[in-house]
Amino acid sequence: MRSVILAVLIVLQTMTLAAAVQPDEVLKDPALETRARHLSRELRCMVCQNQSIDDSDAPLARDLRLLVRDRLTAGDSDQQVLDFLVARYGDFVLLRPPVRTSTFLLWTFPPAIFLAGAIALALTLRRRKQTGENFPDLTKAEQERLATLVDDRRPTSPR
Amino acid sequence: MIAELGHYALVLALGLSLIQGVAPLIGARRGDAALMQLGSSTALMQFVFAAASFAALVACYLMSDFSVANVFQNSNSQMPVIYKFTSAWGNHEGSMLLWVLILALFGALVAGFGSNLPATLKADVLAVQAWIGAAFYLFILFTSNPFLRIAEPPFEGRDLNPILQDFGLAVHPPLLYLGYVGCSIAFSFAAAALIEGRIDAAWARYVRPWTLGAWMALTVGIAMGSYWAYYELGWGGWWFWDPVENASLMPWLAATALLHSAVVMEKRDALKIWTLLLAILAFSLSLLGTFLVRSGVLTSVHTFASDPTRGVFILAILVIFIGGSLALFAWRAPALTQGGLFAPVSREGALLLNNLFLASACATVFVGTLYPLALEALTGDKISVGAPFFVLTFAPLFVPLLLAMPFGPLLAWKRGDAYGAAQRLLAAAAVGVMAVVIVLIAEGGSVSLAPFGIGLALFVMGGAVTDLAERTGVVRIPFAAARARAAGLPRSAWGTALAHFGVGVTLLGIVAETHWNAERIVSLKPSQAVTLRHYELTFEDVVARQGPNYREQVARFAVRRDGQVLATLEPSKRSFATRGMTTTEAALLTRGVSQLYVSLGDTAADGALVVRIYHKPLVLLIWLGALVMALGGALSLSDRRLRIGAPKPAAKSTLAPAE
Repeated sequence: MRSVILAVLIVLQTMTLAAAVQPDEVLKDPALETRARHLSRELRCMVCQNQSIDDSDAPLARDLRLLVRDRLTAGDSDQQVLDFLVARYGDFVLLRPPVRTSTFLLWTFPPAIFLAGAIALALTLRRRKQTGENFPDLTKAEQERLATLVDDRRPTSPR
Repeated sequence: MIAELGHYALVLALGLSLIQGVAPLIGARRGDAALMQLGSSTALMQFVFAAASFAALVACYLMSDFSVANVFQNSNSQMPVIYKFTSAWGNHEGSMLLWVLILALFGALVAGFGSNLPATLKADVLAVQAWIGAAFYLFILFTSNPFLRIAEPPFEGRDLNPILQDFGLAVHPPLLYLGYVGCSIAFSFAAAALIEGRIDAAWARYVRPWTLGAWMALTVGIAMGSYWAYYELGWGGWWFWDPVENASLMPWLAATALLHSAVVMEKRDALKIWTLLLAILAFSLSLLGTFLVRSGVLTSVHTFASDPTRGVFILAILVIFIGGSLALFAWRAPALTQGGLFAPVSREGALLLNNLFLASACATVFVGTLYPLALEALTGDKISVGAPFFVLTFAPLFVPLLLAMPFGPLLAWKRGDAYGAAQRLLAAAAVGVMAVVIVLIAEGGSVSLAPFGIGLALFVMGGAVTDLAERTGVVRIPFAAARARAAGLPRSAWGTALAHFGVGVTLLGIVAETHWNAERIVSLKPSQAVTLRHYELTFEDVVARQGPNYREQVARFAVRRDGQVLATLEPSKRSFATRGMTTTEAALLTRGVSQLYVSLGDTAADGALVVRIYHKPLVLLIWLGALVMALGGALSLSDRRLRIGAPKPAAKSTLAPAE
């Protein structure tokens, strides 16, 4: 409710201004900087409410951005940087939670609910189709009665 | 005095809602017209008193009556009048009062304009509506009273949070509330239908305008909030998958699904049970949003536990209404009859597919939002579920939905011709594929999903155009004849096509903004220049200005393109003395539907200023698309069959006037 207001209020509790990456942080190597920005979006600023370190202006976020860039400059792969941060701060730092026993339900739920829905939908449609089209054939007696009814409605049949 | 009157009016509104919750219900069971009529009169009076209460609060704000605690905490005598007005709902207590005001408004609208409703249905709807109202009146009076006085009134107020001192506060919360609370009408109708144990196509027709109205308000409200965040927060983001945003997205997804399934029910008398469930879910999710935001549970499970009064109260409301309605549903729904038959490939089938995707998407957002809370409460483990998770799970559900969307309106009821629909969509598909190829070439073969996103958006838009072209026959028959057919087309058909077109427009904006957003973050001294794409920005100087309740430092930038000065942009930083806070005001240059976005960072000791400049191609389409969707809803709402309502069984149910 009141999405932005609250988002804004919460943002404000932890910092004055949201204005992320500072010019002095930017790495010389554009490829490395792109990787750094990409990683920053996956990492949570732990003192903020649901903000990535890329978006946040909190001092901690800046420290983490510099840390990510230091590791990248030192030659770490993206995964090594993430592993390093998880070892230090726990899973909480990752905005995309890793698949573990505790998050198994979280990850399996979306496909599971969709599949369950799809199966339910398919079953409903099949049932509807059956009840709709597979009326039992008329018995011999019923067919004769139908024929007489149809005949009755014709004014005079010379037959 | 005014505050006390407001308080008193609120108590009276509660009293009226209690009568409204009981009398019509008994009346409907006994067939007592007078008791049923009491529902309408109490609903109207309840609205009058809720409005009086709200007016009293607004009056306190406009007069800067700081002896009222709520005004003291959220207002200041120096604020411009518009913000004094809007700050009445820029806080917890005031926003809850706005919530019940809108609830009472909807109740009064049903009472005033529901003359075509069967008397018992109307009585039951108003009763259910009153229960919701009573629960929230109690919530306000016991835990969030905005009219409390301070024994020794201070001279000056604490000011409204500066970020909220924006026109956005005048538009976004009221619209969002109209949407949230509008869902309560569908909920009340569903509960009433379950109580009566009878539901038919006419029911769907009664409910549809309310759902449509709520959906429109929700669509525009969310879009407005997104645009507000975009220009206010200073880093150009427009959707953060924040739990608070998700809380508004869930009811929107459910309401969208409801809108579509109600069509099937209205036209074909099918999907009744599912439609009822969706009506219950849409409002339940609105209540859940209220709980999430109002209880403090989002900040941390522990905050919730340390000051639980409000949270527990809303949780109780949540449990009673959601639990109660679902129990009623489980008990009565099986008794409802199955409706019309249809083949899997048909308009009904397409609408069901739409519902499958929307409901799954809604459930995904639900789980993603609540999982961290549940996990922390149960095991103490803290995890974060942020944007990367939602993008990864939401997109696979929305892409097939959008691919299938153009097919829906082209399929016939009962038994459709998928092959025929595909043939008619060839042109739209060709446009989409061409767009993919063109963008792929322009991108120089770099690996990204952007070309496919653009192609999908154009296919969706082309599909909407195809739908209209097919209905008017504009490519097959002479133009004059097609024009005549276009004039005869029901407005709901135009509405559908327009709303679907809007979805494509929004998607186009999202894809373009996500993939071609360019940014420069630089440190500039006066008279230095920086280029971004085709634009050259020269930092001219910094000037100080005095606002009504703030001081601001305005940095001036001359924007040039090919040496020509296009505009002067003036981003600023405002400092508000009362709260000791600063805000950034981004400056925007709109060119067509693209924007150049400049916002300020810190100033260094040597006078160098940190500047963030973004070029956001087609970004305005994100919100324009939402407006187009809402416009489609408005067209549909003006459709003749909705204005007239269902064929009246009213002749029988017009009973002796109650005196």
